[in-house]
Amino acid sequence: MIRNDVAITPELVKEHGLKPDEYERFVNLIGREPTITELGIVSAMWNEHCSYKSSRIHLRGLPTKAPWVIQGPGENAGVIDIGDGLACIFKMESHNHPSFIEPYQGAATGVGGILRDVFTMGARPIASLNFLRFGEPDHPKTPHLVSGVVAGIGGYGNSFGVPTVGGSVGFDKRYNGNILVNAMAVGLARTDEIFYAKATGVGNPIVYLGSKTGRDGIHGATMASAEFDDASEEKRPTVQVGDPFAEKLLLEACLELMKSGAVIAIQDMGAAGLTSSAVEMGAKGNLGIELDLDKVPCREEGMTAYEMMLSESQERMLMVLKPGMEKEAEAIFHKWGLDFAVIGKTTDTLRFVIKHQGEVKADLPIKELGDEAPLYDRPWVESPKQPVIAPNSVKAPMSEAEALLKLVGSPDQSSKRWVWEQYDHLILGNTVQTPGGDAAIVRVEDGPKGLALTTDVTPRYCEADPFEGGKQAVAEAWRNITAVGGLPLAITDNLNFASPERPESMGQFVGCVRGIGEACKALDFPVVSGNVSLYNETNGQGILPTPAIGGVGLLDDVTVNASIAFRQEGEAIILIGATQGWLGQSIYLRDVCGREEGAPPPVDLASEKRNGDFVRQLIRSGQVKTVHDVSDGGIALALAEMAMAGQVGAEITAVPEGLALHAFLFGEDQARYLIAVDEDAAADILYAAGAVGIPAVTLGVTGGDALILPGQQAISVKQLKAAHEAWLPEYMTGKS
Amino acid sequence: MKSAVIVFPGSNREGDVLRALKSAGSQAEKVWHAETELPKGTDLVVLPGGFSYGDYLRCGAIAGRATVMDAVRAHAARGGLVLGICNGFQILCESGLLPGILMRNANLKFICHRQFLRVERNDTAFTRAYSKGQAIDVCVAHGEGNYTADEETLKRLEGEGLVAFRYSDAQGHITADSNRNGSMNAIAGIYSDKLNVLGMMPHPENLIEDLVGGTDGRGLFESLVSSFPKAA
Repeated sequence: MIRNDVAITPELVKEHGLKPDEYERFVNLIGREPTITELGIVSAMWNEHCSYKSSRIHLRGLPTKAPWVIQGPGENAGVIDIGDGLACIFKMESHNHPSFIEPYQGAATGVGGILRDVFTMGARPIASLNFLRFGEPDHPKTPHLVSGVVAGIGGYGNSFGVPTVGGSVGFDKRYNGNILVNAMAVGLARTDEIFYAKATGVGNPIVYLGSKTGRDGIHGATMASAEFDDASEEKRPTVQVGDPFAEKLLLEACLELMKSGAVIAIQDMGAAGLTSSAVEMGAKGNLGIELDLDKVPCREEGMTAYEMMLSESQERMLMVLKPGMEKEAEAIFHKWGLDFAVIGKTTDTLRFVIKHQGEVKADLPIKELGDEAPLYDRPWVESPKQPVIAPNSVKAPMSEAEALLKLVGSPDQSSKRWVWEQYDHLILGNTVQTPGGDAAIVRVEDGPKGLALTTDVTPRYCEADPFEGGKQAVAEAWRNITAVGGLPLAITDNLNFASPERPESMGQFVGCVRGIGEACKALDFPVVSGNVSLYNETNGQGILPTPAIGGVGLLDDVTVNASIAFRQEGEAIILIGATQGWLGQSIYLRDVCGREEGAPPPVDLASEKRNGDFVRQLIRSGQVKTVHDVSDGGIALALAEMAMAGQVGAEITAVPEGLALHAFLFGEDQARYLIAVDEDAAADILYAAGAVGIPAVTLGVTGGDALILPGQQAISVKQLKAAHEAWLPEYMTGKS
Repeated sequence: MKSAVIVFPGSNREGDVLRALKSAGSQAEKVWHAETELPKGTDLVVLPGGFSYGDYLRCGAIAGRATVMDAVRAHAARGGLVLGICNGFQILCESGLLPGILMRNANLKFICHRQFLRVERNDTAFTRAYSKGQAIDVCVAHGEGNYTADEETLKRLEGEGLVAFRYSDAQGHITADSNRNGSMNAIAGIYSDKLNVLGMMPHPENLIEDLVGGTDGRGLFESLVSSFPKAA
């Protein structure tokens, strides 16, 4: 019937990333050969990025509910209730492939996309975070990618005007051909002023807002759903270009329009642009959508329906307006200098109809486009279990003091100041804890509440044991929030994995997701939003399984918090949590001994909860102001970070019995915290811990200008800091 | 005291400076860039930080020519007080209210960090709450803060005591390390001839509370408020 004169060949189907059986499924669904526009639409809706076809059945097992969850996964972002009539709206999303191809714009538009997801729901963004993984430092592309990605994140967030308050940066050869750029945005809205994508009412105007549509980003989501090869850089034209200025105007205009009461439904145009936003609004509201593309504001002449439906031009929104309020809405958008056009209407036909230049270019069943997307239960194999490495079997190749000095200046453990100084982390004047601690803290409006924010995962644990690694990622986010005094409330997850078509990497995905689910349940820390990024591999080499967790916690009184810095001399340093000296998959084993092996530390979720709740209570009752969670690099690295942050040294006198000193100092046993308190309080805390069966032991005392490990040469705090601060700036200027 | 904070498309620290002004005791309201007049009784005009018009042309170049800037120039010509912070300083330079220009930072990167400033004089409406030579702990957040002017201008600024703040260390010493954006003579802020217009790159408005880093920025806003008799 409607053909619009392009014959759909098997080659064309393949170019659109559809498998032959998927195409057949689509033809059966619509009962005829599709038009080229329809083929484009279905390729956008049914790719992995938009349809979650390989991941959906596994994601169902994640806990998504709690009394404080207002909106779980399935909307633009997750929403939680933080009291006082306020909601925190947040999500994390990947922009891995675009950032590898064009680091500045790829990262910038990643930030733009996630900010839009948050303000689409009516929230004003108050903080941004990120999670970055690059290839090994020696790889020739790495410095270029670091430089471009960091500049892109800063370039967008700084101009938009949101503080970038936290994140994670790491290096590994497994990301050489496929870096990870995950951006998280956090916003605030009133609980009774949250906006959703669901359209209502027949015949209501559909309005296009924001920047004009160009030919950029066509097939971006399809590109993001395929593996890379050597020719991938030829895909540069599929990367969009960001305009943070337009986004800032869009934010202000949208929030102003939402206040006016004119908005019924709103959806940002992200991946797959106009297609995905329009289908989503209609399908969620059980309505058809009819669009007249002649009305779409275009940046270029002669754009076809196909191009308009697949463009991923940035800074655009689609809304369903209350009829009769078009004029008022238009005035607001024109005040902000943005395009405003009524481009269609809701219908009762449940069809997605696209008209352009007097022709029907597409006429598809709207619900089926989403609901009937392929769903795969892909074959997967469990990752082989790694042997447990006995702590005392690992020989120390150097002294503990030398090892610590080496680690503080290593690529992964060195200071990331060079990165976060390129991000405006102080704008809005609410940043209570800046980057470099366990979790960032931002005050909520004028207080008294605050939010604790963090992004975490330990990919080497996830590869060695996906289930334990998944648990650990959640536990670490929970622990980081706890360590600043926050009550962990919910997470967003950004699941970065290799090809789901290989059973090994699918097995990693399944294992990690199960681990995440288990930890979320045990810690009362539900998943409220997230993103799945598969096919992260180049020439068959997959990335480390990297399910990044973005955690949000609440401080009832933001002035009562803890930080990692030693505050004064003469304080007792207490270790909370049990130590076995777990060296398998530790940083010590990898970076000091050159061995990447063994089972990762197991996560006992009951101990996590008990120890964490105990520490949080100490902070909230005002007894403790110095806390650091113990993670990568174990006790030794945590002590060094506390000393550097406070410019106060420490002497450690506790020597473990029957355990090698290096295993004691560098082991990565979970559920542990270091705290520093005055001597009187220390006795009370040790007693209180003992009374409830929580392991707690005094390690030593703060003071002096050096860190002294048992039986070791003193390392001055100055020397630690010099090593810690030097690596990244020297690397980026080609000096290391 | 009554303050008008001008909002251009792309301004983003208007809320921060409004909060600082109000907490120091000023009335303060936002004024849209398309206005032709300032609110009646405006004592102080503030051009806030941000990326006006995206800063896609030279920073501040378009905002410097915005409709409202005629009113701001007239206010300054009458001797009214004008404060430009960060992008506001760039706009003041572009609008002809202050000499010189802000170039890309010496390292060609945006930098955001805590920064000490030495207060060069404390006999102006902006700095009377500080002491001369005091090092105040505020912050910077900019990509183009490298103050640059021709030799003659620089000589005049120095000769007439029009340098307001210099980048310094915690003791008030001017060192190469403390001048990270590479500004000439470590200049962080300058006055107009009549000392009624101040442009500065650093952000005193973000350092007004102990909870968020310190209170050294308060002095600037308290100085301004104390320059005006309290309304009855």
